[in-house]
Amino acid sequence: MTLLQANGVSLRRGGRAVVSGASLTLEKGRVVGLIGPNGAGKSTFMRMLAGLQAPDCGQIDLLGRDIGQIPPGLRARQLAFMPQDGEKPPPMPVRALVALGRLPHGQVNAQAARHPAVAHALAATGLHDLCARPASHLSGGERARMNLARALATDTPVILADEPIAALDPAHALSMMHLLRQQAGQGKGIVIVLHDLVLATRFCDDLVLMDGGSVIRHGPPVQVLDDDIMRTVYGVTVRRVGDAIVPWALCR
Amino acid sequence: MVWQALADILAGRHGAGAIIVEQLRLPRALLAIMVGGTLGLSGAVLQGYLRNPLADPGILGVSGGAALGAVSVFYTGLMQVSIMALPLGGLAGALCAVVVLMGLVGRGGTLVLLLAGAALSSFAAALTALVLNLVPSPYASFEIMHWLMGSLTDRTFTHVWICLPGVVCGTLLMLSAGRALDALTLGEDVAESLGFRLHGVWGVQTRVVLGAALSVGSCVAVSGAIGFVGLVVPHLLRPLTGYQPSRLLVPSALGGSLLLLGADMVVRVVSVGTELQLGVLTALVGAPVFFARVIMLKRTGS
Repeated sequence: MTLLQANGVSLRRGGRAVVSGASLTLEKGRVVGLIGPNGAGKSTFMRMLAGLQAPDCGQIDLLGRDIGQIPPGLRARQLAFMPQDGEKPPPMPVRALVALGRLPHGQVNAQAARHPAVAHALAATGLHDLCARPASHLSGGERARMNLARALATDTPVILADEPIAALDPAHALSMMHLLRQQAGQGKGIVIVLHDLVLATRFCDDLVLMDGGSVIRHGPPVQVLDDDIMRTVYGVTVRRVGDAIVPWALCR
Repeated sequence: MVWQALADILAGRHGAGAIIVEQLRLPRALLAIMVGGTLGLSGAVLQGYLRNPLADPGILGVSGGAALGAVSVFYTGLMQVSIMALPLGGLAGALCAVVVLMGLVGRGGTLVLLLAGAALSSFAAALTALVLNLVPSPYASFEIMHWLMGSLTDRTFTHVWICLPGVVCGTLLMLSAGRALDALTLGEDVAESLGFRLHGVWGVQTRVVLGAALSVGSCVAVSGAIGFVGLVVPHLLRPLTGYQPSRLLVPSALGGSLLLLGADMVVRVVSVGTELQLGVLTALVGAPVFFARVIMLKRTGS
């Protein structure tokens, strides 16, 4: 079942094509990794996929319906968006912030905090012990998990995560990817922007490689990432170590 | 005494006590509640919307517009026509400022809002200074300075009626944005992805800015500029409401009402020759709160 489908999506800003003719398909239970060098247009494409930015041309369908035609309240119950970690959260308790994920369902405050989806999200992300702590006191890794918990609390079929592991150490990045994989295993569809190609290869079912606003390649990781692509798109050469499938050592 | 007077008013008797309460005390108390509540609420809403604990209702520039309107009434001598010319002039100034502000901001974001407010308030301040500069008699300029300090002395029920529509509409608009303010603690993109329209005709920004501008403008038109209430009250109550913007709104309105009611009682009762202006007292009380906050901030380092 196709959850999210983008066809030939383009956006121009200031006379420059930020995204041109990008396409992406997200099936139920799949993790799609959106990769590419900085400035490739990944974040802009993600904002369009999330319905936060209307494309100049092209079509984006969420659960079979044009995303621009879906009322924002309904869209919020079908798709959760985790932007790149930017602002420091307020000193609200973690549970209260995660419970904001129930807003699209019209649930607020105590009613939202008591909802099983919130407890489930806190448990899935291992935040149960921290749920009374002020969110402003969390470490980077805990904050990333809180953002995911907030997205999970809404209980949407689609999750879009823009660089959720960019600020995390290897152990936390791994556990975050395991969490997302687990959610896909329960039937959700996930699109994730990644820079860590090793984790991208290991955890994503499909990769979509963008460069200069266009999708250069898409498909299973081993088909997308080869030595040629690494050289032309990222400008690095790959030195393989042993029989590793993933590019292990990257050199200029 | 007061109860007796209230009973007299309700029964339609006109004793001296009843006249004092009905003509002097009651409108003054009602205005203190309305103005204080408005300042507290709009401070909380703006701080939540801008995600900046230092935002206060003055940053919209609408207070400046109201002050300019009232000062123009002093200057043109319309004061002599009717006692109501002053608040009506203030209201006209505030409404003009609201229209200019909404037009300037349009679909722009919070940065545009802050810039527009700063531009508007400095322009209004410049024009107010110009009027003060040009005013013919020193007595009139003294009157203007006095009015600008903010006060609730000698206000009547007509002032209440002038203030009321803007306060009611503004309050409803601001309260309708409560949930969106919660969502905004997670940033604008997340708030939009949670289903809130931030910009556009009935977007959150329009409701917040129009609501705050309408109600604050109406209040400044009748009371003059009363500072620090909108800044300090939400600031002090925030930790008690779990830092959640929507839960701060009603307590902040009540806190503002109580503070202004108390402050007005103090200026009425305490005698230091001339009556203290309400705005002077709130500033005298409000500023040290910030000194205390600075010291606490340095100690805890957070």
